[in-house]
Amino acid sequence: MITRRNFLRNAMTGAAALSLPIAAFEIVDPKKLMAKEAESKSKVRWVFLVDTYKCTGCGFCVKACKLENEVPYDTNVTRTWVERYVTTKDGKSHADTPAVGGRDGFTHSTFDLGQGKTLDIKKEDIDKAFFVPKLCNQCENPPCVQVCPVGATYQTPDGVVLVDRSWCIGCGYCIMGCPYGVRFFHPVHHTAEKCNFCYHRITKGLKTACVQACPFGARQIGNLRDPNDPVTKYIMTERVGVLKEEYGTKPQAFYIGLDREVK
Amino acid sequence: MKNHVLRPLFAFLGIVAIILLARMVLVPKDFGAYDRGYMYSWHRLGNEEDWKKIKVKYQGAEYCKDCHEKNYSSIKKSPHQNIQCENCHGPANTVNGDHYSDTLPKLAIDRSRAQCLRCHFPLPYPSSGRAKIKGIDPDKHNPDVECCMCHNPHMPNLEGLR
Repeated sequence: MITRRNFLRNAMTGAAALSLPIAAFEIVDPKKLMAKEAESKSKVRWVFLVDTYKCTGCGFCVKACKLENEVPYDTNVTRTWVERYVTTKDGKSHADTPAVGGRDGFTHSTFDLGQGKTLDIKKEDIDKAFFVPKLCNQCENPPCVQVCPVGATYQTPDGVVLVDRSWCIGCGYCIMGCPYGVRFFHPVHHTAEKCNFCYHRITKGLKTACVQACPFGARQIGNLRDPNDPVTKYIMTERVGVLKEEYGTKPQAFYIGLDREVK
Repeated sequence: MKNHVLRPLFAFLGIVAIILLARMVLVPKDFGAYDRGYMYSWHRLGNEEDWKKIKVKYQGAEYCKDCHEKNYSSIKKSPHQNIQCENCHGPANTVNGDHYSDTLPKLAIDRSRAQCLRCHFPLPYPSSGRAKIKGIDPDKHNPDVECCMCHNPHMPNLEGLR
Protein backbone atom coordinates (compact mmCIF):
# COMPACT_ATOMS: atom_id res chain seq x y z
CA MET A 1 0.00 0.00 0.00
CA ILE A 2 1.31 3.44 -0.82
CA THR A 3 1.30 5.65 2.22
CA ARG A 4 2.01 9.35 2.07
CA ARG A 5 5.26 8.77 3.96
CA ASN A 6 6.47 6.03 1.59
CA PHE A 7 5.52 8.07 -1.46
CA LEU A 8 7.49 11.11 -0.29
CA ARG A 9 10.49 9.01 0.66
CA ASN A 10 10.57 7.16 -2.67
CA ALA A 11 10.08 10.38 -4.59
CA MET A 12 13.08 11.98 -2.86
CA THR A 13 15.30 8.95 -3.42
CA GLY A 14 14.30 8.82 -7.06
CA ALA A 15 14.99 12.52 -7.55
CA ALA A 16 18.42 12.19 -5.94
CA ALA A 17 19.27 9.23 -8.17
CA LEU A 18 18.11 11.07 -11.30
CA SER A 19 20.21 14.12 -10.44
CA LEU A 20 23.35 11.96 -10.68
CA PRO A 21 24.45 12.07 -14.28
CA ILE A 22 26.10 9.03 -15.76
CA ALA A 23 29.34 10.98 -16.07
CA ALA A 24 29.74 11.00 -12.29
CA PHE A 25 30.15 7.23 -12.29
CA GLU A 26 32.84 7.18 -14.94
CA ILE A 27 36.07 6.94 -13.01
CA VAL A 28 38.71 5.30 -15.18
CA ASP A 29 38.48 3.31 -18.38
CA PRO A 30 41.78 1.41 -18.71
CA LYS A 31 41.37 0.76 -22.43
CA LYS A 32 40.82 4.41 -23.19
CA LEU A 33 43.82 5.39 -21.06
CA MET A 34 46.09 2.87 -22.79
CA ALA A 35 45.03 4.15 -26.19
CA LYS A 36 45.75 7.74 -25.14
CA GLU A 37 49.22 6.81 -23.97
CA ALA A 38 49.99 5.00 -27.23
CA GLU A 39 48.93 7.85 -29.49
CA SER A 40 51.07 10.42 -27.70
CA LYS A 41 53.74 11.60 -30.12
CA SER A 42 54.99 14.94 -28.94
CA LYS A 43 57.53 16.64 -31.22
CA VAL A 44 59.52 17.76 -28.20
CA ARG A 45 61.31 15.81 -25.46
CA TRP A 46 63.41 18.06 -23.28
CA VAL A 47 66.70 16.60 -22.10
CA PHE A 48 69.69 18.01 -20.29
CA LEU A 49 73.39 17.53 -20.94
CA VAL A 50 75.97 18.31 -18.24
CA ASP A 51 79.69 18.41 -19.00
CA THR A 52 81.48 17.87 -15.70
CA TYR A 53 84.85 18.58 -17.32
CA LYS A 54 83.74 22.14 -18.05
CA CYS A 55 82.08 22.90 -14.71
CA THR A 56 84.22 25.14 -12.50
CA GLY A 57 81.90 25.30 -9.51
CA CYS A 58 81.24 29.04 -9.87
CA GLY A 59 77.63 28.61 -8.77
CA PHE A 60 76.17 31.16 -11.21
CA CYS A 61 73.65 28.51 -12.27
CA VAL A 62 72.32 28.11 -8.74
CA LYS A 63 72.09 31.87 -8.24
CA ALA A 64 70.27 32.39 -11.54
CA CYS A 65 67.91 29.49 -10.82
CA LYS A 66 66.91 30.81 -7.42
CA LEU A 67 66.18 34.31 -8.72
CA GLU A 68 64.48 33.15 -11.91
CA ASN A 69 62.21 30.67 -10.19
CA GLU A 70 61.43 32.71 -7.09
CA VAL A 71 62.91 30.21 -4.66
CA PRO A 72 63.61 32.41 -1.59
CA TYR A 73 67.26 33.38 -1.96
CA ASP A 74 68.53 32.82 1.55
CA THR A 75 66.61 29.69 2.45
CA ASN A 76 68.44 26.39 2.49
CA VAL A 77 66.55 24.92 -0.47
CA THR A 78 67.33 25.05 -4.16
CA ARG A 79 66.16 23.46 -7.39
CA THR A 80 69.67 22.90 -8.66
CA TRP A 81 73.00 22.61 -6.90
CA VAL A 82 76.65 21.84 -7.50
CA GLU A 83 78.55 18.99 -5.83
CA ARG A 84 82.31 18.71 -5.46
CA TYR A 85 84.11 15.36 -5.55
CA VAL A 86 87.70 14.85 -4.55
CA THR A 87 89.53 11.53 -4.49
CA THR A 88 92.77 11.64 -2.53
CA LYS A 89 95.92 9.57 -3.00
CA ASP A 90 94.97 7.30 -0.09
CA GLY A 91 91.95 6.14 -2.14
CA LYS A 92 89.35 8.00 -0.09
CA SER A 93 86.56 9.88 -1.85
CA HIS A 94 85.13 13.10 -0.47
CA ALA A 95 82.05 15.00 -1.58
CA ASP A 96 80.52 18.24 -0.40
CA THR A 97 78.27 21.11 -1.34
CA PRO A 98 78.62 24.48 0.38
CA ALA A 99 75.62 26.28 1.84
CA VAL A 100 72.56 26.73 -0.35
CA GLY A 101 73.73 24.29 -2.99
CA GLY A 102 76.85 26.16 -3.99
CA ARG A 103 74.94 29.33 -4.76
CA ASP A 104 78.01 31.47 -3.99
CA GLY A 105 80.45 29.10 -5.62
CA PHE A 106 83.32 27.09 -4.20
CA THR A 107 85.59 29.68 -2.62
CA HIS A 108 87.41 27.45 -0.15
CA SER A 109 89.63 24.43 -0.50
CA THR A 110 88.29 23.25 2.87
CA PHE A 111 85.66 20.53 2.76
CA ASP A 112 82.49 20.93 4.74
CA LEU A 113 81.73 17.48 6.17
CA GLY A 114 78.62 18.65 8.01
CA GLN A 115 77.98 18.92 11.76
CA GLY A 116 80.70 21.55 12.05
CA LYS A 117 83.46 19.22 10.84
CA THR A 118 85.80 20.32 8.10
CA LEU A 119 88.57 18.68 6.15
CA ASP A 120 91.55 20.33 4.54
CA ILE A 121 92.89 18.52 1.49
CA LYS A 122 96.34 19.48 0.31
CA LYS A 123 96.97 20.03 -3.37
CA GLU A 124 99.58 17.24 -3.42
CA ASP A 125 97.08 14.70 -2.06
CA ILE A 126 94.51 15.14 -4.83
CA ASP A 127 94.23 12.30 -7.32
CA LYS A 128 91.13 13.51 -9.08
CA ALA A 129 88.67 16.26 -8.39
CA PHE A 130 85.73 17.74 -10.24
CA PHE A 131 82.33 19.39 -9.90
CA VAL A 132 78.96 17.87 -10.72
CA PRO A 133 75.91 20.11 -11.17
CA LYS A 134 72.66 18.40 -10.21
CA LEU A 135 69.09 19.13 -11.18
CA CYS A 136 65.86 17.27 -11.87
CA ASN A 137 66.41 14.40 -14.30
CA GLN A 138 62.87 14.74 -15.72
CA CYS A 139 62.73 10.92 -15.70
CA GLU A 140 60.85 9.09 -18.39
CA ASN A 141 59.35 6.97 -15.58
CA PRO A 142 59.18 9.49 -12.74
CA PRO A 143 58.65 7.75 -9.37
CA CYS A 144 57.64 11.07 -7.81
CA VAL A 145 54.64 11.21 -10.14
CA GLN A 146 53.61 7.62 -9.47
CA VAL A 147 53.37 8.19 -5.73
CA CYS A 148 51.33 11.41 -5.86
CA PRO A 149 47.94 10.50 -4.39
CA VAL A 150 46.07 13.51 -5.78
CA GLY A 151 47.39 14.05 -9.31
CA ALA A 152 49.22 17.24 -8.35
CA THR A 153 52.44 16.27 -10.07
CA TYR A 154 52.54 14.99 -13.60
CA GLN A 155 54.56 14.69 -16.76
CA THR A 156 53.84 17.04 -19.64
CA PRO A 157 53.81 15.71 -23.24
CA ASP A 158 57.30 17.22 -23.71
CA GLY A 159 58.67 15.19 -20.81
CA VAL A 160 58.92 17.78 -18.05
CA VAL A 161 57.55 16.90 -14.61
CA LEU A 162 55.55 19.75 -13.12
CA VAL A 163 53.83 20.34 -9.77
CA ASP A 164 50.35 21.85 -9.56
CA ARG A 165 50.69 24.15 -6.57
CA SER A 166 46.94 24.63 -6.25
CA TRP A 167 46.38 20.87 -6.09
CA CYS A 168 49.36 19.68 -3.98
CA ILE A 169 48.31 18.67 -0.46
CA GLY A 170 51.88 18.66 0.87
CA CYS A 171 51.99 14.98 1.87
CA GLY A 172 55.65 14.75 0.89
CA TYR A 173 55.46 11.31 -0.75
CA CYS A 174 57.14 12.66 -3.88
CA ILE A 175 59.97 14.17 -1.86
CA MET A 176 60.69 10.74 -0.39
CA GLY A 177 60.02 8.98 -3.70
CA CYS A 178 62.64 10.85 -5.69
CA PRO A 179 65.89 8.85 -5.67
CA TYR A 180 67.84 11.97 -6.63
CA GLY A 181 66.63 14.20 -3.81
CA VAL A 182 65.69 17.04 -6.12
CA ARG A 183 62.34 17.77 -4.47
CA PHE A 184 61.68 19.91 -1.42
CA PHE A 185 58.92 21.97 0.15
CA HIS A 186 58.67 25.53 -1.12
CA PRO A 187 59.07 27.76 1.95
CA VAL A 188 56.40 30.20 0.75
CA HIS A 189 53.85 28.07 -1.06
CA HIS A 190 54.22 25.06 1.28
CA THR A 191 53.88 22.70 -1.66
CA ALA A 192 56.29 20.29 -3.30
CA GLU A 193 58.83 22.12 -5.46
CA LYS A 194 61.29 20.94 -8.07
CA CYS A 195 63.31 21.94 -11.10
CA ASN A 196 61.08 22.10 -14.16
CA PHE A 197 63.74 23.02 -16.74
CA CYS A 198 62.41 26.62 -16.45
CA TYR A 199 59.21 25.57 -18.19
CA HIS A 200 58.19 29.22 -18.66
CA ARG A 201 61.42 29.84 -20.57
CA ILE A 202 61.88 26.70 -22.68
CA THR A 203 58.28 26.91 -23.94
CA LYS A 204 59.08 30.43 -25.18
CA GLY A 205 62.20 29.30 -27.03
CA LEU A 206 64.62 30.52 -24.37
CA LYS A 207 67.30 28.49 -22.62
CA THR A 208 66.86 27.68 -18.94
CA ALA A 209 68.21 30.28 -16.52
CA CYS A 210 71.06 27.97 -15.44
CA VAL A 211 72.09 27.20 -19.02
CA GLN A 212 72.13 30.90 -19.87
CA ALA A 213 74.06 31.82 -16.73
CA CYS A 214 76.77 29.16 -17.18
CA PRO A 215 79.87 30.90 -18.63
CA PHE A 216 81.56 27.62 -19.51
CA GLY A 217 78.90 25.74 -21.45
CA ALA A 218 78.83 23.01 -18.81
CA ARG A 219 75.03 22.93 -18.95
CA GLN A 220 73.01 22.44 -22.10
CA ILE A 221 69.37 21.77 -22.80
CA GLY A 222 68.06 20.14 -25.94
CA ASN A 223 65.18 18.40 -27.65
CA LEU A 224 65.77 14.67 -27.99
CA ARG A 225 63.17 14.37 -30.78
CA ASP A 226 65.07 16.83 -32.98
CA PRO A 227 67.88 14.91 -34.73
CA ASN A 228 69.66 18.15 -35.65
CA ASP A 229 69.85 19.42 -32.09
CA PRO A 230 73.53 19.51 -31.03
CA VAL A 231 72.60 18.06 -27.63
CA THR A 232 70.75 15.16 -29.28
CA LYS A 233 73.65 14.56 -31.64
CA TYR A 234 76.06 14.43 -28.74
CA ILE A 235 73.90 12.06 -26.66
CA MET A 236 73.38 9.75 -29.63
CA THR A 237 77.01 9.57 -30.76
CA GLU A 238 79.17 10.08 -27.67
CA ARG A 239 79.55 8.34 -24.32
CA VAL A 240 77.24 9.79 -21.71
CA GLY A 241 76.11 8.55 -18.34
CA VAL A 242 73.01 8.96 -16.22
CA LEU A 243 72.53 8.90 -12.46
CA LYS A 244 71.20 5.82 -10.63
CA GLU A 245 70.26 3.95 -13.78
CA GLU A 246 69.53 0.83 -11.70
CA TYR A 247 66.35 2.42 -10.34
CA GLY A 248 64.67 2.13 -13.72
CA THR A 249 63.55 5.75 -13.72
CA LYS A 250 65.11 6.42 -17.13
CA PRO A 251 66.62 9.79 -16.19
CA GLN A 252 66.90 12.34 -18.99
CA ALA A 253 69.76 14.42 -17.64
CA PHE A 254 72.90 13.07 -19.30
CA TYR A 255 76.37 13.56 -17.88
CA ILE A 256 79.75 13.72 -19.56
CA GLY A 257 82.59 12.52 -17.31
CA LEU A 258 80.60 10.79 -14.58
CA ASP A 259 82.57 8.77 -12.08
CA ARG A 260 81.42 5.84 -9.96
CA GLU A 261 81.38 7.83 -6.71
CA VAL A 262 78.86 10.25 -8.19
CA LYS A 263 75.42 9.08 -7.10
CA MET B 1 12.01 -7.67 2.55
CA LYS B 2 11.75 -5.76 5.79
CA ASN B 3 12.43 -2.05 5.68
CA HIS B 4 15.01 -2.21 8.46
CA VAL B 5 17.09 -4.62 6.38
CA LEU B 6 17.21 -2.34 3.38
CA ARG B 7 17.76 0.86 5.36
CA PRO B 8 21.60 0.50 5.63
CA LEU B 9 21.75 -0.15 1.90
CA PHE B 10 19.89 3.09 1.18
CA ALA B 11 22.16 4.94 3.58
CA PHE B 12 25.21 3.49 1.79
CA LEU B 13 23.90 4.42 -1.66
CA GLY B 14 23.16 7.90 -0.37
CA ILE B 15 26.75 8.35 0.84
CA VAL B 16 28.11 7.11 -2.50
CA ALA B 17 25.86 9.57 -4.32
CA ILE B 18 27.01 12.46 -2.13
CA ILE B 19 30.68 11.60 -2.73
CA LEU B 20 30.16 11.38 -6.48
CA LEU B 21 28.29 14.70 -6.55
CA ALA B 22 30.94 16.39 -4.40
CA ARG B 23 33.61 15.01 -6.74
CA MET B 24 31.83 16.51 -9.74
CA VAL B 25 31.76 19.93 -8.10
CA LEU B 26 35.27 19.91 -6.62
CA VAL B 27 37.34 18.32 -9.40
CA PRO B 28 38.19 20.84 -12.11
CA LYS B 29 36.70 20.16 -15.56
CA ASP B 30 40.11 19.86 -17.25
CA PHE B 31 41.31 17.18 -14.85
CA GLY B 32 42.12 13.99 -16.68
CA ALA B 33 44.65 11.46 -17.91
CA TYR B 34 46.47 12.89 -20.90
CA ASP B 35 49.43 11.81 -23.03
CA ARG B 36 51.27 9.59 -20.57
CA GLY B 37 48.19 7.88 -19.19
CA TYR B 38 46.81 7.62 -15.69
CA MET B 39 50.14 6.82 -14.03
CA TYR B 40 52.16 9.77 -15.31
CA SER B 41 49.82 12.46 -16.57
CA TRP B 42 46.74 12.40 -14.36
CA HIS B 43 46.47 16.14 -13.81
CA ARG B 44 44.72 19.46 -14.28
CA LEU B 45 45.54 20.55 -17.83
CA GLY B 46 45.30 24.25 -16.96
CA ASN B 47 48.33 23.97 -14.72
CA GLU B 48 50.64 23.62 -17.72
CA GLU B 49 49.52 27.09 -18.80
CA ASP B 50 49.96 28.39 -15.24
CA TRP B 51 53.63 27.42 -15.36
CA LYS B 52 54.14 28.94 -18.81
CA LYS B 53 52.84 32.25 -17.46
CA ILE B 54 55.67 32.63 -14.89
CA LYS B 55 57.60 35.82 -15.55
CA VAL B 56 60.96 35.57 -17.30
CA LYS B 57 63.58 37.45 -15.27
CA TYR B 58 66.95 36.72 -16.87
CA GLN B 59 66.98 38.21 -20.37
CA GLY B 60 70.51 37.47 -21.58
CA ALA B 61 73.26 39.73 -22.88
CA GLU B 62 71.53 40.42 -26.20
CA TYR B 63 68.79 42.23 -24.28
CA CYS B 64 71.34 44.67 -22.83
CA LYS B 65 73.20 45.18 -26.13
CA ASP B 66 71.12 47.95 -27.72
CA CYS B 67 71.30 50.47 -24.88
CA HIS B 68 74.65 49.46 -23.39
CA GLU B 69 76.53 48.86 -26.64
CA LYS B 70 79.90 50.08 -25.29
CA ASN B 71 79.89 47.82 -22.25
CA TYR B 72 78.54 44.92 -24.26
CA SER B 73 81.26 45.11 -26.90
CA SER B 74 84.06 45.70 -24.38
CA ILE B 75 83.30 42.56 -22.41
CA LYS B 76 82.74 40.52 -25.57
CA LYS B 77 86.37 41.23 -26.57
CA SER B 78 87.73 40.19 -23.16
CA PRO B 79 88.43 36.83 -21.47
CA HIS B 80 85.15 37.42 -19.63
CA GLN B 81 83.20 37.29 -22.88
CA ASN B 82 81.15 34.28 -21.86
CA ILE B 83 79.96 35.77 -18.60
CA GLN B 84 76.41 37.03 -18.90
CA CYS B 85 75.78 40.68 -17.93
CA GLU B 86 73.14 39.55 -15.46
CA ASN B 87 75.54 37.29 -13.59
CA CYS B 88 77.02 40.39 -11.95
CA HIS B 89 74.40 43.07 -12.64
CA GLY B 90 71.46 40.96 -11.48
CA PRO B 91 68.41 39.89 -13.49
CA ALA B 92 66.91 42.58 -15.73
CA ASN B 93 63.40 41.84 -14.57
CA THR B 94 62.31 41.01 -11.07
CA VAL B 95 58.97 40.25 -9.46
CA ASN B 96 58.86 43.89 -8.38
CA GLY B 97 59.59 45.60 -11.69
CA ASP B 98 61.23 45.51 -15.08
CA HIS B 99 64.51 47.18 -15.98
CA TYR B 100 63.22 48.21 -19.40
CA SER B 101 60.12 50.11 -18.34
CA ASP B 102 59.07 53.58 -17.21
CA THR B 103 60.30 53.02 -13.70
CA LEU B 104 63.73 51.62 -14.73
CA PRO B 105 64.80 50.34 -11.33
CA LYS B 106 68.57 50.47 -10.91
CA LEU B 107 70.18 47.06 -10.96
CA ALA B 108 72.23 46.12 -7.92
CA ILE B 109 75.71 45.28 -9.20
CA ASP B 110 77.57 42.61 -7.25
CA ARG B 111 81.06 44.09 -6.84
CA SER B 112 82.06 41.86 -3.92
CA ARG B 113 85.31 39.94 -3.74
CA ALA B 114 83.23 36.81 -3.28
CA GLN B 115 81.76 37.32 -6.75
CA CYS B 116 85.24 37.17 -8.34
CA LEU B 117 86.36 34.33 -6.10
CA ARG B 118 83.60 32.10 -7.50
CA CYS B 119 86.07 31.40 -10.30
CA HIS B 120 89.33 32.99 -9.18
CA PHE B 121 89.82 31.16 -5.91
CA PRO B 122 92.47 28.67 -6.97
CA LEU B 123 91.27 25.09 -6.85
CA PRO B 124 93.77 22.89 -8.69
CA TYR B 125 91.28 20.19 -9.63
CA PRO B 126 92.52 18.16 -12.55
CA SER B 127 89.91 17.32 -15.20
CA SER B 128 87.84 20.28 -14.06
CA GLY B 129 87.69 23.60 -15.91
CA ARG B 130 88.54 25.33 -12.65
CA ALA B 131 92.20 24.26 -12.84
CA LYS B 132 92.69 26.35 -15.98
CA ILE B 133 91.49 29.62 -14.41
CA LYS B 134 94.08 31.89 -12.82
CA GLY B 135 93.47 32.35 -9.13
CA ILE B 136 94.68 34.44 -6.23
CA ASP B 137 94.96 33.75 -2.52
CA PRO B 138 92.26 36.05 -1.12
CA ASP B 139 93.99 36.25 2.26
CA LYS B 140 97.23 37.56 0.75
CA HIS B 141 96.22 39.46 -2.41
CA ASN B 142 95.05 42.90 -1.16
CA PRO B 143 92.49 41.41 1.24
CA ASP B 144 90.86 44.70 2.23
CA VAL B 145 89.82 46.12 -1.13
CA GLU B 146 87.32 45.09 -3.74
CA CYS B 147 88.84 43.52 -6.84
CA CYS B 148 87.25 46.14 -9.12
CA MET B 149 89.25 48.90 -7.40
CA CYS B 150 92.19 47.79 -9.56
CA HIS B 151 90.78 45.32 -12.09
CA ASN B 152 88.16 46.20 -14.65
CA PRO B 153 85.77 43.24 -14.90
CA HIS B 154 84.98 44.23 -18.50
CA MET B 155 88.70 44.26 -19.33
CA PRO B 156 90.28 41.82 -16.87
CA ASN B 157 93.67 41.58 -18.64
CA LEU B 158 96.50 43.24 -16.81
CA GLU B 159 96.54 46.01 -19.48
CA GLY B 160 93.10 46.96 -18.20
CA LEU B 161 94.35 47.71 -14.68
CA ARG B 162 92.97 50.92 -13.30
